[in-house]
Amino acid sequence: MKYMLLMTGTKADFQAYAQWPKQDLQANIAFMRAFSKELKDAGVFVATEGLAFPDQAKMVRAGQDAEPITDGVFPESKEFLAGYWIIDVEGPEEAYKIAARLSAAPGSGTMRGSMPIEVRQVMSGAPEESRR
Amino acid sequence: MDIPIERLLRELTPQVLGAIVRRFGDFAAAEDAVQESLLAAAMEWPREGLPDNPRSWLTQVASRRMVDQIRSESARRRRENETALEAARTSQSRAADLREDDALVLLFMCCHPALTLSSAIALTLRAVGGLSTAEIAHAFLVPEATMAQRISRAKQSIKSSGIRFQLPTPEERAQRLRAVLHVLYLIFNEGYTTSTGPNLVRTELSHEAIRLTRMVHKLQPDDTEVAGLLSLMLLTDARRLARTNAEGELIPLAHQDRALWNQEQIAEGVALLSATLPKGSVGPYQLQAAIAAIHDEATQAHDTDWPQILALYDLLRRMSGNPMVALNHAVASAMVHGPAKGLELLDVLQADTRLADHHRLDAVRAHLLELTGDRAEAARCYRAAAGKTGSLPERNYLLTQAARLSANEAS
Repeated sequence: MKYMLLMTGTKADFQAYAQWPKQDLQANIAFMRAFSKELKDAGVFVATEGLAFPDQAKMVRAGQDAEPITDGVFPESKEFLAGYWIIDVEGPEEAYKIAARLSAAPGSGTMRGSMPIEVRQVMSGAPEESRR
Repeated sequence: MDIPIERLLRELTPQVLGAIVRRFGDFAAAEDAVQESLLAAAMEWPREGLPDNPRSWLTQVASRRMVDQIRSESARRRRENETALEAARTSQSRAADLREDDALVLLFMCCHPALTLSSAIALTLRAVGGLSTAEIAHAFLVPEATMAQRISRAKQSIKSSGIRFQLPTPEERAQRLRAVLHVLYLIFNEGYTTSTGPNLVRTELSHEAIRLTRMVHKLQPDDTEVAGLLSLMLLTDARRLARTNAEGELIPLAHQDRALWNQEQIAEGVALLSATLPKGSVGPYQLQAAIAAIHDEATQAHDTDWPQILALYDLLRRMSGNPMVALNHAVASAMVHGPAKGLELLDVLQADTRLADHHRLDAVRAHLLELTGDRAEAARCYRAAAGKTGSLPERNYLLTQAARLSANEAS
């Protein structure tokens, strides 16, 4: 079963992250690199991407003639996606364990401790035939 | 690659691997060497034509790889591994020794309970099925490096658990064979249940599972559960073309175009099952095959012999603690005794923690509620099921059912 682990933060979280002291920053970067390698070594890795900071994030809607209308004003509480990992594991329990490991990534200041990681199942094809 | 050559290579894989493992002992290295020989054959044979004896061709190429590897390791360690080299030298002269049950021994190794199911599946497909890592990765929609890692970890587990290249003891045999059948069943399901529309790669997994189960059946013709599983696969796979439409949308059994069912496969599955059931010792796979056969033999959905299906689910339920069996039993009860009886049984199942959060419970409840005429509650249950399923085609199906009922409600 495939699961996506999502890491999110508000704009304030991203700004605080950008202010981390060198030591904390390096510890975090090293952890992320090791974490991806761990997933690969365990044979569960499917994909991962990190996203650019939300500074330039835009909300786009279709206007007249499907012309894009962009808006860059977001409520302060808005959670932005920072990055995700897709893993292929035996079941939800294994996904939770891996998410907890990610949650314990080294932080800094007020962001030290356990970071919330959202775990979502990635949809698959058709299930076992239901006999109706 | 040429289809006949590919088929031949897959058939020869366990035979060649068996011979190499018996000669050199090291399963992990032998498996790599055999993969290399398959690759060499896949490149050379279409160009140069089939060798006179394809099996000994592969065995020789794989042996040579093993010898090369042992030599280079010996050089590195600066000491000769005399026994292994001796074995290697004699291997060239000895006729390729074929042992019929090598494939079975390999299956017992690859499906050993010490391995996780996903690694057992991957290793079985490569070592016994002869599929390349890239093909397996593609079928399971994961990167090739991830699949390679999974296979290498499976081999490490075999090594560290001290699993030997030999048949299990008579005391262990039945249980170990069940583990093999379970892995083959999972491979089949992976291909059957998740292949929608033109996704042929995954369809191939079902065909591969059928081929391997056929092979086990040939080696163990008297085992009734092996025959039962093969029959179940044939009877289920026979409906493949009818279970989704061109857009990949699910079509429930009752609405399938039965003209699309593969009659040849149904006839084979039924004949196999009919020859097996009288032998006695009826197990879960035979019962499931018998249920599939009843569905397959009904020319129209309303001709389905539900009382007989109910009787079979009754037996199956006594045999297995699987909550899905209990759920299907409730469906069959509803078909025989009416939806109220089915709903009554569902209320009991609701207490089972393994089912309480399962979308199938809600989906079945929705279907039965619709039969009682309670459309609003049925729509609510279809939506609850949609929220829980991990399958996109099924979610689309469930939401469409809910929308259909709500639209009728409004009109």
